[in-house]
This record gives sequence, C-alpha cells and structure tokens, in this order.
Amino acid sequence: MESKINKYSKQLIILNSIFILFWLTISVFPFIWTFWGSFKVKADFFSRADWTYAISGFNTLIETGATTTIKAYIESWIEGEFLRATMNTMIVTVSVVTISLFLGTLGAYALSRSTYKYTFYILIAALIFRAMPHITLVSGYLFPFFQLNIWGILPTTIIVLVAINQPFTLWLLYSFFKTVPKELDESALIDGCSYFQAFRYIIMPVMWPGVITAGLFSLMLAYNDFTVTALLLNQENYTMVPKINAYLGTIEHGGNYMWAVASVVSATAPLFMIVMFFQRQLISGLTTGAVKG
Amino acid sequence: MPHKTFFWFFFPTGLAMILFIGLPIVSSFFQSLHIETEQILMEVENCDPFGCETNVRVDLEATAKLKEQNPLGRFNGFGTYADRNHLAFDEIGEAWKSSSSMSDFKDIVLNLPFYKALLFTLTFCFAVTPPVIILGFFVALSINTLAKIMKGPTIFGAILPMIVTPLIGSLVLFWMIDSQGIIGATIQILFDDQNLSLKASSNLTWITLIIYGIWHNTPFAFVVFYAALQTVPHDPIEAALIDGASRFQRVRYIVIPHLYPVATFIMLICLMDNFRVFEPIIGFSAEGVAQSLSWMIYQDLRNENKMLFGSAGATSMLTIVGIAILLTPVLIRTWREFRTER
Repeated sequence: MESKINKYSKQLIILNSIFILFWLTISVFPFIWTFWGSFKVKADFFSRADWTYAISGFNTLIETGATTTIKAYIESWIEGEFLRATMNTMIVTVSVVTISLFLGTLGAYALSRSTYKYTFYILIAALIFRAMPHITLVSGYLFPFFQLNIWGILPTTIIVLVAINQPFTLWLLYSFFKTVPKELDESALIDGCSYFQAFRYIIMPVMWPGVITAGLFSLMLAYNDFTVTALLLNQENYTMVPKINAYLGTIEHGGNYMWAVASVVSATAPLFMIVMFFQRQLISGLTTGAVKG
Repeated sequence: MPHKTFFWFFFPTGLAMILFIGLPIVSSFFQSLHIETEQILMEVENCDPFGCETNVRVDLEATAKLKEQNPLGRFNGFGTYADRNHLAFDEIGEAWKSSSSMSDFKDIVLNLPFYKALLFTLTFCFAVTPPVIILGFFVALSINTLAKIMKGPTIFGAILPMIVTPLIGSLVLFWMIDSQGIIGATIQILFDDQNLSLKASSNLTWITLIIYGIWHNTPFAFVVFYAALQTVPHDPIEAALIDGASRFQRVRYIVIPHLYPVATFIMLICLMDNFRVFEPIIGFSAEGVAQSLSWMIYQDLRNENKMLFGSAGATSMLTIVGIAILLTPVLIRTWREFRTER
C-alpha cells in the first residue's frame, strides 16, 4: 500500500520537477548572479548596453586587465572599513547568542516546570512582546539612551538585541522543555537535589538539541538586524548590515556601489554556511508552534 | 516549582524584557505626548549711520538653555496625534467639507502622510499573504515527492530568500530589476521602451515590493507546510485510495483539511511580520512612492541631530494599535489551546 501511495505518474513527476526548478531558480539565481557580479566592475554589473557583459566581464577586462577582479572586495574591506564592521558583527552576534541562551534556558525551564497560572500570562505577554515591531521599541530607546549617555556603543545594542530576542527564545525553549520528561528532574528532586542542581546535572546534558535551535535563531536575529543597529550605533561602531546601507547612501566614491555588492556577498556567505550545517535545527525551530501547537 | 525558585530562574529574562520591551513602549507613549521646544525668538536692533532697524533672530543661547532644562520638549498632550503628519483630524474635516465627490475626498485623505503609509502597509500585508500561502503549499507538496537524497539540497536552496535580512534580499533583487541590471535592461529591450523601469510609476514600484515580499516570505510558508505534510495520517489516504480517489481528490479532501490550522498560523505570522515592513523600501530606494508606518518612524529618527521623538512616538503608538488588532486572533487561538491543554 505504502508504495502505491508514493507512486507517481510520469506527467506528475515532470510537472513537479519543472515547478521545483522554477522555484529554485527564483530563490537561488539572484544570489549566484550577485556573487558572480561582485567580481566585475560597475560598468559590467550594471551594463545597460548588453547584459552579457556581466558574464563575460567586457569592461572589467578593459579597466583592470583581467575578466575578474577582487578590487571591490579589497577596497571595501580596507578603505571602506568593512573589516571593522565584520568584527563588530562578530562581537555582537557571539555576545547576543551566549547571553540570550543563558537567560532563555533558565527562564524557559522555569516556565515549563511551574504549574501555576501565572506562567500562562507570562507566555501571553511574551507573545505580545514578540509581535512589537522593533522600530517602535527603538523609538522608545533613543531618548533615554541619549540622556544616560549610553547611545552608540556596542554593549547597549547587545543588551537590546538580547531582550528583543527573549520572547521568541522563551517560546521555542519552552516547547522544547515540555518534551523533556518531567520524571527526569523530579526524580533528582526526590533524591535531594535543589532545582538548580537538577537543572545543572539532569537538564543541561539533554537540552542541547533545543539550545542549538534557539541559538541559531538568536544568531540570525543578531547577524541580520538592521533596525536596531542602524539607529542605536554610531557610525564607527556599525555592524555589517547598516554599513552596507551606508555605502549606498554616500556618493563620494565612484566605486561605492560595487563596495555594497562585494560586502553583500561577504556578509551573506558565512550565514549560508551556518544554515547549511544547521538546516535541520532551523526547520525544526520554525515548525514548533505551528505543528505541535 | 515553588514561587521563590521560579522567581530566581525567571528573574534575568523577565528583567531584560521589562526593561527593554515593556519600558520602551511606555517611554514611546510618554514621548508622543511631548513636542520639540520651539525656538525662542528675540528682537535685535541694528543701528547703522542711516538709522535703526529691528530684526527677529533666533536666540540660540536661550533656546539651548530651554532645551537643557526640558530635553523632551514641551507638553503637547495628544496634539501630535492629531497633527497633519498623523491622524490629521483638521485636514480630513476640511477635505470632507470642500471635496465635491467621494473619490475626491479619498484622494485628499490618501495623500496625507499617515494614511498614505497606512494604505501601503495594509496593501503590502494583504497582497503578500495569499500568494505566499498558495506558493508555499505547492513548493512543499512538490518537494515532498522528491527522492530522499534530493530533499536536503533542494530545501536548502528553497529557503535561501528567508535567511538573508530583508535589506540584503531586496538589494540583491533590486540590482537585477534596476533599469541597468539584467532583468530591468532585458525588459526594456523586450518592450522597446527606454523609460520603462521600476521607478517609472508608483504602481510598478508597489508591485515590485509585493513581489519581493512574496519571494521573501514563501520559504517560511513552505517550511511550515512541509513539516505539517509529514504529520498527515496515512490511514485516511489509504482508505481513499481503496475507494478509488484520484491524487487530486486525496490532496483536496484529506491533505488540505489537515493543513487548515497550519495555514491560519502562517497567515497570522505573515500579516504580523509584514506589518512592520520597511527595509525593502530602503533596499529598493522606493521612499518616493511607497512609505510604510515603520518607515515613517525610521525617517523621524534617522537624523542624529534632529530627531523628532514626539512624532516617532506617536506613529509608534498608532502602529502598536494596528498590531494589536492583527494580533487578537493569535491571542485567542493561543488562549484556547492553553485551556484545552490543562
């Protein structure tokens, strides 16, 4: 029976393949095109005359003497200080992931093990917080941060991103901890462990699958954020995404547009690698809440 | 778990959320009640051999002093909410009186900044969501039929648009659609029209942004549908097969009903997330014709020297009201689920 359900007619297979190819083209081609174009000069990547120039590198050959060039990369990384932005992004991402997992696991564990009614209200509040557009929160931060003189520096941004990230992390880890059998830590409690000991010795060894998923989402939030970093950091402390936006805004350098192209590729490549490794966790994280309820 | 233990476990994350999510909302509201201090004017008498004349000048010193005393500006009550850049009650009232027909009135109202942005935000939300659900469903259905080794790489390729941040995603597309990029230039050649471009008309820009939205959101719908497809029970499908149901009938009458709750989940998340759209507007440099509510806030805050806290706060509050309306169904759903669980 099983085999018959999964047996498809020839037309269906062909139709299917065409559709998948169509979607893959739409979703992947823009990135391949940008990657390829980042090794050309502007006249090629934005060639009005003939789009094949972007493939053959007609103007690149004239301007640099070869069909590919890494000029845009070198210039943006050194002259454009993209290197610094990369360092800032690394600092922000690592700190946000570490802190938000630390806070999130403790909070979510407590939420999943408490039987009192207030856990329900806390989770609902977290859901409301999750829905707040980040820009509305930022508009509330700016004034107090200016008054306290903590605007523009990395630590402020890190804390803010951690907090913004908490509701989602809490929900994700809460549904994960619900799947960890209660009996595990309850037996430890009976044996005389305190809650902290039970958490440390019983829960911590088994919580890594959930933590990796939550970590991946914190990483993506911190790495990809534009709203918070663009408005809460000063120009010197910009992370990668606002930096790319800054390249677009200034016209002083002729090569700036290609800087943006090169830095888009530099910023996207590591993210794609990470997702390639952790694809399974990403998908499981996206579907909790939907399928399990 | 005893209250005290719960408190200490939950304290750090709770504190972070109260300080950086709860308080900013209050602070936003507080800001929205104030307005920037006006500049203090003073009269200066300039005398020269031909006589004296008085000029009105800005008293910089006094203005700075007042600003220092009262950094948030002066109290304005709900004035900012009613002004021309927000709910614009006066302008609407006037338009109602002066306009001759309904469409005339509509034109005037939709040209006011807030209503213009609201119209775009809602259009974007509601135009993006249905195609996302349909396309995501078909992608999930197709990929589900693939051989197992093919699935991994295909899924990876299919979710790429969702992984990149909206700003980068929209830039990548913009560079292709731009009149000098590969697709834009080709379209110009195909239609033999040198002026045909993304920026040619506001309708085209809106359509481009909506296409971007579909491109960005479909992977999410696909992933959720795909996971849900794995949970479709086998027995009813087998039974239908024995009864002679075709593949289409099996999908229509068994799989789709099974996926209804998931589809509503995707729809609500999509609506909520797209309500905050603003990065694509920057990526596509579409500020001229398409403004969203979030973009208005960003615009008020982005100039470091002249931040309009009051205006940004008021728009924020109005955005939150919008979100609250969209959120109500989600809350009711979660509420019910919790009730049945306990």
